[in-house]
Amino acid sequence: MTTDKFCSMLSRSKPGPGDGGNTGSWRVLRPVINLEACIPAKRNKMACFHCWLYCPDSVVSKTIPPVINYDYCKGCGICAEECPAGAISMVDESTPLVEDK
Amino acid sequence: MHIIESGNVAAATGVKLSRAQVIAAYPITPQTPLTEKLSEFVESGELAAEYIPVESEHSAMAVCIAASTAGARAFTATSANGLLYMSEQLHWAVGARLPIVMCVANRGIGAPWTVWNDQQDTISQRDVGWIQIYANDHQQIIDAVIKAFRLAQTVSIPVMVCYDGYLLSHTYMPFEEPAQSSVDSFLPTFAPTHFLDPENPGNFNTVTLPDVRPDVEGVIAPGYIEIRHTLHQDLRAALDTFVEIDREFKKEFGRGGNPLIEEYRCEDADFVAVCIGSLSYQLRDVVDGMRENDVKIGVMGVQMYRPFPDEAIVRALAGKKGVIVFEKALSYGNQGALYADIKSALYKSAERPFIHNYILGLGGREIKTQHLLDALTASCTSPDTFEDAPRWIGLKL
Amino acid sequence: MRKDIIEIRWHGRGGQGAITAAKIVANAAFVSGYKGVVMAPTFGTERRGAPVFTSLKISKEKIYDLSPITTPDMVVVLDHTLLEEVNVVAGLKEKGLVVLNSPRPVSEYTFDGMTVAVSDVSKHAVEAGLPPGIVNSGIIGAFAKASGLVDIDVLVQAIENEFSGKKPEKNARSARIAYENTADNTADNTAIGGNK
Repeated sequence: MTTDKFCSMLSRSKPGPGDGGNTGSWRVLRPVINLEACIPAKRNKMACFHCWLYCPDSVVSKTIPPVINYDYCKGCGICAEECPAGAISMVDESTPLVEDK
Repeated sequence: MHIIESGNVAAATGVKLSRAQVIAAYPITPQTPLTEKLSEFVESGELAAEYIPVESEHSAMAVCIAASTAGARAFTATSANGLLYMSEQLHWAVGARLPIVMCVANRGIGAPWTVWNDQQDTISQRDVGWIQIYANDHQQIIDAVIKAFRLAQTVSIPVMVCYDGYLLSHTYMPFEEPAQSSVDSFLPTFAPTHFLDPENPGNFNTVTLPDVRPDVEGVIAPGYIEIRHTLHQDLRAALDTFVEIDREFKKEFGRGGNPLIEEYRCEDADFVAVCIGSLSYQLRDVVDGMRENDVKIGVMGVQMYRPFPDEAIVRALAGKKGVIVFEKALSYGNQGALYADIKSALYKSAERPFIHNYILGLGGREIKTQHLLDALTASCTSPDTFEDAPRWIGLKL
Repeated sequence: MRKDIIEIRWHGRGGQGAITAAKIVANAAFVSGYKGVVMAPTFGTERRGAPVFTSLKISKEKIYDLSPITTPDMVVVLDHTLLEEVNVVAGLKEKGLVVLNSPRPVSEYTFDGMTVAVSDVSKHAVEAGLPPGIVNSGIIGAFAKASGLVDIDVLVQAIENEFSGKKPEKNARSARIAYENTADNTADNTAIGGNK
């Protein structure tokens, strides 16, 4: 049992985007979701979300459609690899971002 | 020839010049570029060695033990948790009296995870019986590696060559690369005193009884305690052996002369700062600054930490007003290991200086010159305010 | 603490070659008689594309302090997009020098009281025949012109040595073109060569 007297400091941080700083600037390839192929977007159902589940940095939202937070996405490509619908492609970072309509 | 390269490349170049025959290593930051360079040397044919990639540091040392037992000049390198993972094999290598050489790029130990420099990894292994040499710059790294191979095979004890991770391993500076012919004449062909020889079969390191016993020919064979006593005696004798090897090194290469401790402006000093590794060079700038303000102070780097050069240290420190020990490691729950060792060595001296201990730089915390100056100034001006417990430098919370 | 050490901080992105550029300058400085040369990359993890910096210290005497530079005399920026992410002039000494690879004219940059030198190194590198994005040889030309610290011929030799087997002539040419096409913001633009 620990008390307030002991163990006032240890290495523990909250999970989630931002713990490692503004890591979006590391990206060389950018994951882009094709909403016409994305299962939750296409079916309008809270389903699949492999991208959300596998993202090691928790930067994909569990929403319809899933949204990737590019401020923190490092471009590792795991979401593209895991997406069962093949809806995520990795595009060169120099390609301009397409603004949502 | 002078080249500008990283400390890891200086180490790798020393290993190449020493003609290591078997290299087994597992990459770990900040040692990785050293093993990468060695694998390049082997691949390109510049180094005629067997490079054995392994799945762990424990296996790396196991391979070195096997290779050395078979009569080959063996080398490995590691850092931090990798060193600790091979700890059981470190004891085996020295108990078996195998002249393995290993570089350690010093790094803090997890948890919490860190890749940055301190010296807890090797300091925590000070009691295994390996010889530990610490280098302060790239010239000392390459020279120490070459001397280490000579020392290891002379005394049949493995040697660690330690240098600060990142600060030396990844920093580039000029150093002289010795000629192969000079290294060849300094470092004789590997000829171990004992090895697996079909012409002369033997059992090595079998269960050894608590007591002595007659062997198959009726000769009294040593028990465990005699073998371990011999190791200790040989380690103590290795101090003089290393001084002699360093002298020969200086004859061949013109460098060296400070094999055990390296003193800077200590001769007339009232106070001496003591530490291990590259910090002793950073302290030179601080000492120079304090000298300009008429504080008679010097700095001493401990080059060989095990065996502990207690006599040389007492000669250097007895009669001084104060000794200030800076450490990037400690014996948790007690105090700095070097501090305790130096205190113990000075105990038998009639003229005991005051002695203070600072802990700093753990996990790569930047060591600012101003912090060193403040610490030394406090020690020199108000020594009576200090406890025996170490003071910590640079804590922010 | 020591006044004899010239401190140069190199800002780039992981993989861009800032370390190699600083190493080349270190070699050239050593050949030019600077006995003390210490080059230290960012300690720790480096990732492709992430901002990194490299410290280069140069002195006529041996350098003992290996800690990273905090008050540089000069900063060299390999990629102008870094200006949005990194305060490259942090700690820069008064009247310090900023050497910048940018397509924009030097008049567009003001760093409070600092000398700024600009060269479109990315463009010049392509002119020299290098593939797009190889800027670490070219930036050395701009650095040579702006700083006057090491002779361009010695630097070009160091470039050719470092890149032996990796397009040494083109890398050398890139540095020479950048050297000839570096402009600064001093009033008469005489601290360095004329604007083109």
